Amino acid sequence: MSHDTHAPHDHSHDHGHHHEESFIEKYVFSQDHKMISKQFLITAIIMGTVAMFMSTFFRLQLGWPGQSFPILETFLGRWAPGGVMTPDMYLALVTIHGTILVFFVLTGGLSGTFSNLLIPFQIGARDMASGFLNMLSYWFFFVSSVVMIASLFVTGGPASAGWTVYPPLSALPQAMPGSGMGMTLWLVSMSLFIVSALLGGLNYIVTVVNLRTKGMAMTRLPLTIWAFLVTAILGVLSFPVLFAAALLLIFDRSFGTSFYLSDINIGGMALEHTGGSPILFQHLFWFLGHPEVYIILLPALGINSEIIATNSRKPIFGYKAMIGSILAIAFLSFIVWGHHMYITGMNPFLGSVFVFTTILVAIPSAVKVFNYLATLWKGNIVFTPAMLFAIGMVSTFITGGLTGIILADAALDINLHDTYFVVAHFHIVMGASAIFGMFAGVYHWFPRMYGKMLNKNLGYVHFWLTITSMYGVFFPMHFLGLAGIPRRYYENTNFPLFDQFTDINQMISMFAFLGAIAQFFFFFNFFYSIFRGTKAPQNPWGSTTLEWTAPMKHMHGNWPGKIPEVHRWPYDYNKPGKAGDFTPQTEPMAPGEEESH
Amino acid sequence: MSAHASTQPTDVKTIWGGGTSPFGISYGKMMMWFFLMSDAFTFSGLLTAYGFMRHKYHDVWPVAGDVFTHFPFYNGHIELAYVAFMTFILIASSVTMVLAVEAGHRMDKKGVIIWMFFTIIGGAIFVGSQAWEWYHFIHGTEHGAVREFIKDGVWVKEVFHGANLRVNEYGHPLFADFFFFITGFHGFHVFSGVCINIIIFIGVINGTYHKRGHYEMVEKTGLYWHFVDLVWVFVFTFFYLL
Repeated sequence: MSHDTHAPHDHSHDHGHHHEESFIEKYVFSQDHKMISKQFLITAIIMGTVAMFMSTFFRLQLGWPGQSFPILETFLGRWAPGGVMTPDMYLALVTIHGTILVFFVLTGGLSGTFSNLLIPFQIGARDMASGFLNMLSYWFFFVSSVVMIASLFVTGGPASAGWTVYPPLSALPQAMPGSGMGMTLWLVSMSLFIVSALLGGLNYIVTVVNLRTKGMAMTRLPLTIWAFLVTAILGVLSFPVLFAAALLLIFDRSFGTSFYLSDINIGGMALEHTGGSPILFQHLFWFLGHPEVYIILLPALGINSEIIATNSRKPIFGYKAMIGSILAIAFLSFIVWGHHMYITGMNPFLGSVFVFTTILVAIPSAVKVFNYLATLWKGNIVFTPAMLFAIGMVSTFITGGLTGIILADAALDINLHDTYFVVAHFHIVMGASAIFGMFAGVYHWFPRMYGKMLNKNLGYVHFWLTITSMYGVFFPMHFLGLAGIPRRYYENTNFPLFDQFTDINQMISMFAFLGAIAQFFFFFNFFYSIFRGTKAPQNPWGSTTLEWTAPMKHMHGNWPGKIPEVHRWPYDYNKPGKAGDFTPQTEPMAPGEEESH
Repeated sequence: MSAHASTQPTDVKTIWGGGTSPFGISYGKMMMWFFLMSDAFTFSGLLTAYGFMRHKYHDVWPVAGDVFTHFPFYNGHIELAYVAFMTFILIASSVTMVLAVEAGHRMDKKGVIIWMFFTIIGGAIFVGSQAWEWYHFIHGTEHGAVREFIKDGVWVKEVFHGANLRVNEYGHPLFADFFFFITGFHGFHVFSGVCINIIIFIGVINGTYHKRGHYEMVEKTGLYWHFVDLVWVFVFTFFYLL
């Protein structure tokens, strides 16, 4: 049996020495975790750019409702006759914006990029357990992305029922233009995405459990790996429930069943459906949907732990508490889904149970935040762009987390539900936090991915513009929400009481455009540095973890010769009695030295 | 590697200390376990949805004993006899799978062939029986049921027989929706299981695993097969017994 478990090591080891790869094997259908990681990242950047442009389009409509912008007609064609986008297109844009960012950028993109890059590197493995499944995972993701983009070009327009695709809008093809072919493609795309997430997740889990190098105990894993492991487990357990929900939805759409549909009239015509319940879909959807929030957030938190400790030149504060809080968040995420459904008429007692479990999430979250702050405290902080994004993430996690406590309360949520307060909350706590974590990761591990350094000054410009525009966009939304402005409305001009908020809406739109412009500093920096960046030194940030011991020039199997052994935890920065301000994990314990954690 | 380890003992001696698989199993087998957990959640989602709806319409929900009364070559009515037979066959095929895996541990190629053969036959009988069960459910009774609906602005009455995805002679249409969907989804799993078993069976006959020195592939398909049987126990309980 032990022969079995070691087979992958030996295999890829041989691979590195004897096999010349063709272009296709190396760059397209690669089974190498480093290349797959780059493929995920580039795909996510492209998808993210599409979603970002969508947000600028609907911000034009929200800031200046009904005004003509010829650029909209250029991009949206007959969906924006005379430069004014139609309500159908508005709904389609917010739907696809949400879908792409939640699933393609922050789930597939974030986990796909960093789990693939860092799991083998940081645990000391030659590659993922199954390179083949890993390759399939990327290509399912790719095809899924293509189908999602293709849905933008069908006659009825893309899916328009919101990223949560609640029935009946999603279940009745005749409900609205986007409910037809666009919705069908959305479901096809998501099914492929679920397969991709499953294959990736299975690989991440077994790799972390089975392929750790000698001495890499679970209590010596970098927190990144803990976060990726738990994220993968969450994905493997929650996506299948979305899969079940999507299958039932497909049957309702195409085969006349009534799982989610009750007695409905469309255009005065009674439909045959009877007896179903749209609430059923919401339960199934949010059973995925809430763990999904942590699938997005945990990798970013893991990346943050690593970057904050490295750049504070201090051990992470409360390593075991960090692990405990990751596990606690993961567990709680499965028993809080009802807080998305307080206004569905659920029994108030059940509601109060969900209030309780939801507010419990604040405890492990606060543990994480305090540990970050304690790690920063009196640290010898190096303000790299990655570090700035990591600190920015701590900031957004606090801001968004606080409004989370407000929304967790059913009594308050009934007032705030479906207002801009909710939009502000989840964009800050999950959107911005996870994106900041992703940017931090890209700035930090870009040298590891491409062997080049990103330009620091462009990074600073990118960070400050991004965080300014991020708060500029989402902070005022809290007040809009408290004033009662509902989300997902095409325009609010029919409500005179909302006229006083026109200025705020225009200001938000301005900040949104600024945020979009800021990303071009990143795009330029990223693609320019791949080709023209300065060459990265072996260990540019003075990190202790294993990925910086592998040669910067990528090779199959990651390390020439033996895999390094691990003798200590990953956070020995400025350890008393040690020379230098960091001690790599590979350095054996000196006689009489005690392990830190 | 081992020579190196003896000169420099690692300081973490637990099985979770790295350098070895903590559970002593290959990554493939572990992947199968996690996949099965994932699949279990899909079925849980579906069965929970079923429970949700059944609870909502508990007063008009059909009793399975009144619906499934047919038995091949017998004109009378016996409640649930055929599905009990199907269930027995499926569980028996699980037993033969265990025996195939056990024969694999002993490197007994002939034993693996024999027991896998019976497993495949059992699975095929189950899938066929399910088709038969569906046929009778879709076909319905002689007398049928009456339904009223609006056609061209007036209420009309119509006698119909059996069940499909829109109507159900025996009671609430959602019973038929869920029955077809969940037993169909499970039947698809059994069908895939039979196909996978056949592929592995061919591999066993060709001696692929014998040459490899272990029959782990048989063990992995065995895990899947047992899982499919276990799910059926729940489907059977929820649809037929409760």
